[in-house]
Order: sequence, then C-alpha cells, then structure tokens
Amino acid sequence: MKLTGGQIVCESLIREGVAVIFGLPGGANLPLYQTLPQYPQIRHILVRHEQGAGHAADGYARVTGKVGVAWATSGPGATNLVTPITTAQMDSVPMVCITGQVARSSIGTDAFQEADISGITLPITKHNYLVMHASRIAETIKEAFYIASTGRPGPVLIDIPKDVFNEEAEFQYPDEVDLPGYKPVLDGHPSQIKRAARLIKEAERPLILAGHGVILSKAYEELKELAEKAQIPVITTLLGISSFPENHVLSLGMPGMHGMAYTSLAIDDADLIVGLGLRFDDRVTGKISTFAPKAKVIHVDMDPSAIGKNVKVTVPIVGDVKRVLRQLNQAVEPAVHLGWLEQIEEIKRAHPSNRIRETDSLIPQFVIKQLAEVTEGKAIVVTGVGQHQMWTAQHYGFIEPNSFISSGGLGAMGYEVPAAMGAKVGRPDKTVWSVAGDGGFQMTMSELATMVENDIQVKFAIMNNRFLGMVRQWQEFFYKKSYVATHYTHNPDFVKLAEAFGMLGVRVTDKTQVMPAIQQAMEYNGPALLDFMVEEEENLYPMIPPGTSTAQLIEEPVEEKAKWHR
Amino acid sequence: MAQMKHTITALVSDKPAVLSRVSSLFRRRGFNITSLAVGNCEIPGMSRMAFVVEGDDGIVEQITKQLRTLIDVIKVSDISKADFVSRELALIRVRANSTNRSEIIQLVDIFRANIVDVAPESLIIEVTGDEDKIESINDLLKTFGVTEMIRTGTVAMMRGMAGGTEETQATNLPRSRSDATS
Ligand SMILES: Cc1ncc(C[n+]2csc(CCOP(=O)(O)OP(=O)(O)O)c2C)c(N)n1
Repeated sequence: MKLTGGQIVCESLIREGVAVIFGLPGGANLPLYQTLPQYPQIRHILVRHEQGAGHAADGYARVTGKVGVAWATSGPGATNLVTPITTAQMDSVPMVCITGQVARSSIGTDAFQEADISGITLPITKHNYLVMHASRIAETIKEAFYIASTGRPGPVLIDIPKDVFNEEAEFQYPDEVDLPGYKPVLDGHPSQIKRAARLIKEAERPLILAGHGVILSKAYEELKELAEKAQIPVITTLLGISSFPENHVLSLGMPGMHGMAYTSLAIDDADLIVGLGLRFDDRVTGKISTFAPKAKVIHVDMDPSAIGKNVKVTVPIVGDVKRVLRQLNQAVEPAVHLGWLEQIEEIKRAHPSNRIRETDSLIPQFVIKQLAEVTEGKAIVVTGVGQHQMWTAQHYGFIEPNSFISSGGLGAMGYEVPAAMGAKVGRPDKTVWSVAGDGGFQMTMSELATMVENDIQVKFAIMNNRFLGMVRQWQEFFYKKSYVATHYTHNPDFVKLAEAFGMLGVRVTDKTQVMPAIQQAMEYNGPALLDFMVEEEENLYPMIPPGTSTAQLIEEPVEEKAKWHR
Repeated sequence: MAQMKHTITALVSDKPAVLSRVSSLFRRRGFNITSLAVGNCEIPGMSRMAFVVEGDDGIVEQITKQLRTLIDVIKVSDISKADFVSRELALIRVRANSTNRSEIIQLVDIFRANIVDVAPESLIIEVTGDEDKIESINDLLKTFGVTEMIRTGTVAMMRGMAGGTEETQATNLPRSRSDATS
C-alpha cells in the first residue's frame, strides 16, 4: 500500500496506540496536518505555544504511563519544544516529538525557519532522528516509541523535512525493532539480590529511598510489601512522592533541601539505605561526603550510569524496580525494627516540620492543607517550581499512586499550566488541581484558552505572593534581603483574566474563604481559577542550604513555632 | 585514585550523527579526551572508535557507562585493563637541507619511520607507533624545525583472541549492561 509520508506518520501513531496529540502547525509540518482529517480516531489538541504542547504531552505521559506526543513545525516551533524535552529527559518521561523540517533541498542553507533541531536536542533527548525518506518513517516511529517507553524512559525527537511528508512510500509497519545497542536489563542479577537481602537482614536502622523509578515501573504494591515485610520506613524523593501512601505508618516523607527535618536526620542515623529508582540528586543528598555517613547503600536502577554516579554504592542492582522488588521480596526475611521506629518517632516529635503554624493571615501551607482536606488527598496535583511546589510536596499528603506531578530535575517554571492540562486529558476521571506560583503561571497561562476551548476542566490554585518567592527567600537568607528583580509590583488581575478566558475566577484573601472557594471550584462545570492572595514574604522551612548537611539545617524560628496549627 | 590514561574502544552503528552523539556526550559530561579515532571495522554497517581518556577509575567507569546509554553504541570496552596493542600514525614535515638531510634519514631509520615526500627545503616523515614513540621522534625532529604535524589518534586492540570475536558476537547478543556494575 503506497501512502504519503504524512499518512505514514498517522498510520504509525495509530499502531502505537496514540489517542491524543498536542501541537501547533506551520509551513514545514502543514502536509502532515492536512492528513489529520483522514484519521478521526486521533484527537489533536491545538495549543497556544509549543512549550504548552510539550509539557502537556509530558503531563499526559506521567499520569497515563503512555508515551506523550507533541507536534511542532520547523524553526521556532521546534525550538519552543526545547524546555519540555529537557524536562522529560531529566525526569525520565516517555515522549515522542515530531517536528517538521525545511525541505531536503534547503537543509543546511539557513533557509527560512530552518533550525537544526536534531543537533540542538542531541544532548537533551534519549535519542533523535532526522528522517530523510518516507520509506524510513514507519521503522523510525516504531523505534522511537520503543526507545521512549522502555529502559529508563525519555524523550525522542523525530525531525521530518516538509517534502518527506509529501513523498510516497510503501507502508508496512514493522513488528520488531532492530537495535543491537539497546537491550535494557530488566531482572536483577540473582547474586546481587542475595547480597541485598543479606544487607537488609543485617541492618538495624534501614531506610528505603523511593524515587520516580518506583512510579515509572508501577511498583507500588511491591514497595509496600518490602516495607511491611522488613519493617523499613519509606522516604520518597520529590518525584517519588505518591509512590507510597503518606498515611501509611511507615511513610517518612521527603528528604533533602526542603524535605522534612526528621527525614534528613533519620538518614544521618541510618545504617542502610535501600535506594529504589532514583539518582541521588544533589537536592536529595546535600554535600555528598556527609550524606548518610553511617549507611551502606543498595541502589536499584534501570540505568546503570545512574548507579555509583553520585553516592558510593555497596550493592548495585541494575534492573526494572518492579521486577527487582519482586525478586527481593522473595529473598528478604520478615523483620522488626522497633527501636529504630521509636527513635524516628522521637526525632519527629523534636522536629515536627510537617506541622504548620497558626496565623491570622493567609499562608500557602494552610491553603494546601485545606485543599488536601476537600480532595481527601486523592486529587492529581500538578505544581510549578518554587516555594509552592515544596509546600505542596510537604503538606498535601498524597495517598493515591502517581498523583503528584512536578518538574523535578529541570525545575521548569511554567510547567504547572500545560502539564496540568495534559494530566487532565490523560485522566479525565480524576480531579486535577494545578498548584501554581504567580510567576510560573504567567509563563504559560496562554494555555487557559486551550483548556476552555476543549473543556479540559483543570482547577487552578495560584499561590499569589507577588514575588518570585523561592528566589526572594534566597535573597532574604543569603543576600541580606536585597530583593533584586523578584518583586512583581503589577501582576494582572487573575480573576478578570480567568473571566476573559471564559473560566470561573475567584479571589481569596481570607482564611475563612478558602474552603468555600475550593468547593466552588470543584463544583463548577469547567476550568476554574482561585487566586489566593497569600503572605508576600512567607518562608519555606526547613532548609538545608545547597552543598551543606543537616548540621546547617534551618528550621522554622522557635517563636513562630509557639502556636501550632492542628 | 590516580589520574591515568585509559584506552577505551567502542563498537558503534554507522548512523548519521553517531560521532556528534559521542563527542557531545564527552563535552557535556566534562570528560577529557586525549585522542579519538574512528573508522570502519570488520562488521558491515558498524564502526569502531578508540578513545584515550584521562581520569581516575571512577571517571572512566562513568565514561563507559555513559557511552553505553547511547542507542547507537553497541559495545564499550576499557581495554587498558588488559594487555593491549596501541598504535598511532603521524605525518611530520621537517625542515631539511643538503647538510642535515642524512642526519634526519638516520634518525628516521632508528625509529623505523618512513620518508614519504622529499622537497628541496623539507621532508615529510611518516611514523607509526605508540604515543611515546611519536612524542620522542617529534622531540628529536624539533631541533631541525618541525613546520607541520598531523596525527591520527590512537587505535588499539586487545592482545590474543578474545577481543575481536567477542565483540563480533556482541552484535547479535543482548549486551549485559549489568556487567559493569554487578
Ligand atoms: C523557567 C525558569 N526560570 C527561572 C527559574 C528560577 N526560579 C526558581 S523558583 C523561582 C520563583 C518561582 O516563583 P513563583 O512561580 O511565583 O513561585 P513561588 O516560589 O513564589 O511559590 C524562580 C524564578 C526557574 N526555576 N525556571
């Protein structure tokens, strides 16, 4: 069967089970777009900015576990995808981006809207392609989806010149990929499993550190089984949040720079760290030489290059977290660590950093606690980057698997709007809240139009502090309150803005209005926005300054601690 | 850990941009390459690369692991762990005249190098050997005046049978990624 390159792209995507594409057309990918009417089974969502398409595909991929797909045209369309692609690469999110390129005869001539996007994205993709013949499109798409979704997942970019979309070729979708250089190891090496089980048996003060890998491999049950069987408290990294229910007695919160003080202090005392699907990022470890100084380390990860990169590992295990945990659960013997659990309880009592203080004014922590109450800790919550992101991580109390969605590795402000859109498209059955910073929100808020247009019912909670809050806090702590370029003195009226976009907008200035406003947004049949006018200079605690250890831990000042809320 | 020169070879698919992928990775991760050579090998559709890198064992382990993350890289070996042969070729243009030409020719003989071009005022000398040998002849030739030099970068191979056959088989065998770490 002879088809055009554009048709081959669509046929191939359908065979990969793609139901939704986020994108925006232009000259170079127009021939692809013009084939779309032939494929009504593909839902295309027209965004306002390609960054929106990329982050939406990422949010969609994170909540569904499927490969997210974004389309963009050549040049500026393609370069607008750079931030979302890097986000997906840093956080191991399966994504395929298809970009149009100038015609083959124009490549290399600095033609109008030519950008070497395969060159640009070389270091920020798991793999990428420039497809020079329509006859190569099908096998390329097959490979791209395979690479994006297996092993340590990641973004793959396929660049296709305009005339290749028009070129005709025989279409046959391959059944298999031929990639001799790519064979992810799935099962843990049996002797390593044995060594790990022995370390767990010998440990008196063990801790599990669960990362994004647990969520990517959907190892929720296996993680719970290990924790319960060997009675090991579970710490979740920022992207590991919602891999283990926070209402579980063994849940021990988030570690690191803005983690719970007791979590970091417990790591100081641990004699064994069982790291599952994480890369021991510097925001988790602080100064490497002082991280878990008494502990041996078992490190399970899909990506061999992540093991031994940052911390010294006693037992490395390469493999899929779910499969390795199944092996490990068979080998591990039941254990109790009453003394250790009691010791952790004591640390928690002495450093109750998960509590929030009683205030008259509206503080973001309070809003997040209220949000958790109304949604019973079961909504999908997407955040931006900054203080509000950390407060959400600290105080929401995630119960449902894979319900916390955030740009961890790259820390891309602006993620909160389009990623929430993608998450809602992927999980229309769930309530999706975007907890946004007033800074990040303004980077991508044009996608509100996309949500209204397509009735994508995301609920937004803007933590409006009129500051680039996180940076302001660093200025307060490390630059004597010299607030250079962090104060927004004239933010737009977000309520009017919401109304202009055609959504519900409600301003909240008072604590008593919080609960009713959240309920009103939930009941509203459409996207809604709550503008929470929170304290301008509220600080995020605890904090372990970058490159230091718990010896430098900054906790909330004592006078503020005097009156605890709840 | 001691800073040491390591010789690493990699079997790669002959795909567009494979060289940029590899060099981009070295740049991005801040690894130092002393030399890089690439060319066809015994398997159609594949090339073999050889790198000489400087670093402690930890860095070299990271380099080999990072190389393996590239889809087009099929096999990576740190062959300096074993007994291996390494060679490099250099072309050196040296100033020469009727009075010192014979002295240069003697030097060339001692190093078992070749003269591949003779001009009234200069000679081109071709020399093959390991890095040390090339450095030494170059140092000696400098006294006559070296006006141009170009080197291929080191290529290397493990001694004995093991290397070649093992790597050839690797193209149809699943690569054991856990080898390096477990
Ligand atoms: C695209 C981008 N630019 C700059 C930064 C640096 N940065 C980190 S947090 C932050 C402040 C974020 O402000 P806002 O979105 O209002 O959230 P808040 O910290 O006030 O909760 C900035 C500027 C970033 N992470 N991403």
